[in-house]
Amino acid sequence: MEITLNHYLAVAATLFVIGLMGVMMRRNLIIIYMSLEMMLQAANLTLVAFSRFNGHLDGQVFVFFVITVAAAEVAVGLALIVALFRLRQTTQVDNLTTLKF
Amino acid sequence: MDQYIAWFLLLAPLAASVTILLRLYSPNGAIFASVGSASLCFLIALGIAWGGIVAPTPWMWISLPGSNESPGLEIEIGMIFDALSKGMLLIVTGVGLLVHIFSIGYMAQDPGRARFFGGLSIFMFSMTGIVVSTNLIEMFFFWEGVGLSSYLLIGFWFTKESAAAAANKAFVCNRLADFGFMIGILTYWILMGTVSVKPIDLSNSYHQNAVSLPRVVSILTPEEIAAHTGTAISVRHIGGVNLTSPLLLTIMVLGLFGGCVGKSAMFPFHVWLPDAMEGPTPVSALIHAATMVAAGVYMLCRVYPLLLLSTFGLEFIACIGCFTAIFAALIAVQQNDIKRILAYSTLSQLGYMVMAVGCGGPDAAMFHLTTHAFFKALLFLAAGSVIHALHEEQDIWKMGGLDKKIPLTYWTFLLGMLALIGCPPFSGFFSKDYILADAHAFHPAFYWVGVATAFLTAFYMTRLVVVAFLGSARSKAAEHPHESPLVMTIPLIILAVLSVGSGLWGFWSSDSGMKNFYHNWAINLFSDTDPIPNNGHFITVPEINTGIELGIPFAAVFFGALLSYYLYLDRTTDPLHIRLLARKFYVDELYQRRLVRGQQLLAGLLNWIDAWILDGLILRGGAYISVGFGEVFRLFQTGSLQTYAFIFTLGGVLLIYFTLFAH
Repeated sequence: MEITLNHYLAVAATLFVIGLMGVMMRRNLIIIYMSLEMMLQAANLTLVAFSRFNGHLDGQVFVFFVITVAAAEVAVGLALIVALFRLRQTTQVDNLTTLKF
Repeated sequence: MDQYIAWFLLLAPLAASVTILLRLYSPNGAIFASVGSASLCFLIALGIAWGGIVAPTPWMWISLPGSNESPGLEIEIGMIFDALSKGMLLIVTGVGLLVHIFSIGYMAQDPGRARFFGGLSIFMFSMTGIVVSTNLIEMFFFWEGVGLSSYLLIGFWFTKESAAAAANKAFVCNRLADFGFMIGILTYWILMGTVSVKPIDLSNSYHQNAVSLPRVVSILTPEEIAAHTGTAISVRHIGGVNLTSPLLLTIMVLGLFGGCVGKSAMFPFHVWLPDAMEGPTPVSALIHAATMVAAGVYMLCRVYPLLLLSTFGLEFIACIGCFTAIFAALIAVQQNDIKRILAYSTLSQLGYMVMAVGCGGPDAAMFHLTTHAFFKALLFLAAGSVIHALHEEQDIWKMGGLDKKIPLTYWTFLLGMLALIGCPPFSGFFSKDYILADAHAFHPAFYWVGVATAFLTAFYMTRLVVVAFLGSARSKAAEHPHESPLVMTIPLIILAVLSVGSGLWGFWSSDSGMKNFYHNWAINLFSDTDPIPNNGHFITVPEINTGIELGIPFAAVFFGALLSYYLYLDRTTDPLHIRLLARKFYVDELYQRRLVRGQQLLAGLLNWIDAWILDGLILRGGAYISVGFGEVFRLFQTGSLQTYAFIFTLGGVLLIYFTLFAH
């Protein structure tokens, strides 16, 4: 079977939905964070796929930048989570309700 | 090099005060620095008077060019050495040095004596500054400087509530009066186009204004003057303000006098001076008797020609001085605190000086200022010696019988008292009678009030001496007093010699002294055909009349002293009870009720506006609006991260749906 663009897009969509479900269903910040990253990689995958099938490299170059920025973002995000854990001794989002009315 | 020496007059005490207040010395080191700087000042003052030290090149501080619309402004920091300032400088530094020396003994036991000497040095710096100032702005700085040092030294024992309150009172009174002084300076600048008080500049200013002025400048407008004299008047205008307006000139004179009213404690600002006696006695002697309070009189004498531009102003000055003289003398009759009696006597004598200026006798005023500085400093220092001997006892009714036990203090005090009441041939006799003769030439009413004041002065000073020194001891402390150490008695002796001799010296040298100075000034002023104000005299030239000069005042003094002597000898309580006088004419109570309460009412109103309008409505109101919005928006926060994520995703999906499929 020839692998077409749609296969890639289907995989990407699946990844995205799994990530989205993770973000919406799970209660642990770390897991939510990992799910977010998964959604990001789904988007990256579509970019690379389109780049491959359209025959020029713009998308792939763009993905490099996205990954770089994502790495920085991960560092910041994890640092925030560590700081939060130190403050509250928890990473369960149900317990972080200070702003709740 | 010569021209730089004079700067040390200011720099030495300034350096001493700054280093002392930065606590660079031990207490004894501070005393050394302060007394050293005072000695240096005195040496320089001697050098200026007789040693040929010349005024330094002034330093131009601010220089703005003038135009047709506005006068230029030139403010320099310089020094002026003429007969007026030389004499005053000798008094300030000489009496200052003696008081410094006296303080070494008087303050020896006080743990805060370094601070005390630092304050004295600030005072020496500021006071010499006032004396040598070449312009009113420079003078105003130093003027405030003496106010500061006065405040610091009145409140020297600041843990005592009355001392702290007295310091505040003095400062507030002076600030209020200085507002008038500022108005006076500004008006002076507008009218004269300069702030300089150098004699040459004053003469020019005088001419500029006198050209358009008639002999009587009190209440006439230029049009009326023109109609009256038949000569056209060149009216100068700046910014629509008529510069030859008699009203403005009167405002200027009264404004400048306002500064004098505060510093020299004329009625109605006299209330701070008696309270200032809360300070250490050497401070009362130096600042609140001999020099600082005379600064107002000195300032009037310095700008004297310009006072002549407003006859009303001059008469007003004479009236206030005359009233203060008799008013304070009456109060002094019923006071029991040795320092307060002397304080009211100071008020009374300052009233004499101001009256002399108003009567056209600045030379007499300066003469009396000089002699008064000597004998009043002497009286205060001797009183300090008494207080020291009796362990801080100030009530004269708890003294008595001191004449045998502390004879040196007694005799010096007696000499000072004789000089003060104007007993011939002591110094006060010459200067007071000079003033009285001037007053008589001006208007006999002033003369008779002056004579009455002389009578009262003799009365209350004799009472003070008889009650405090004669008779028998009336308290434990008075039974065993101890004579003060030499460092305190030597200044007393020197001042006693000056108190006795300065009058005679001034009398003999009157041709070459202050009179000559004003005479030369007058010749310069009226060299052309300008009208001469004040009934044709620049200074009053009293007619020689021995009855007026000698007889009546002397009789008043003699009978005042005699009456008092027989009334008070060997008494244990005061035979006179005049409530009105003992309570100082209820002026303090009146101020408390009318002014202080009114001021508190205003303060309360402003406080209400501040608390409710500014704070409540504007500041907190704004805060409440933000808080209110916050409360509303808070409702959207469920606290569940997943809900946010869901809403976010929903939004994203809707966005994609509308962009891709909704066409």
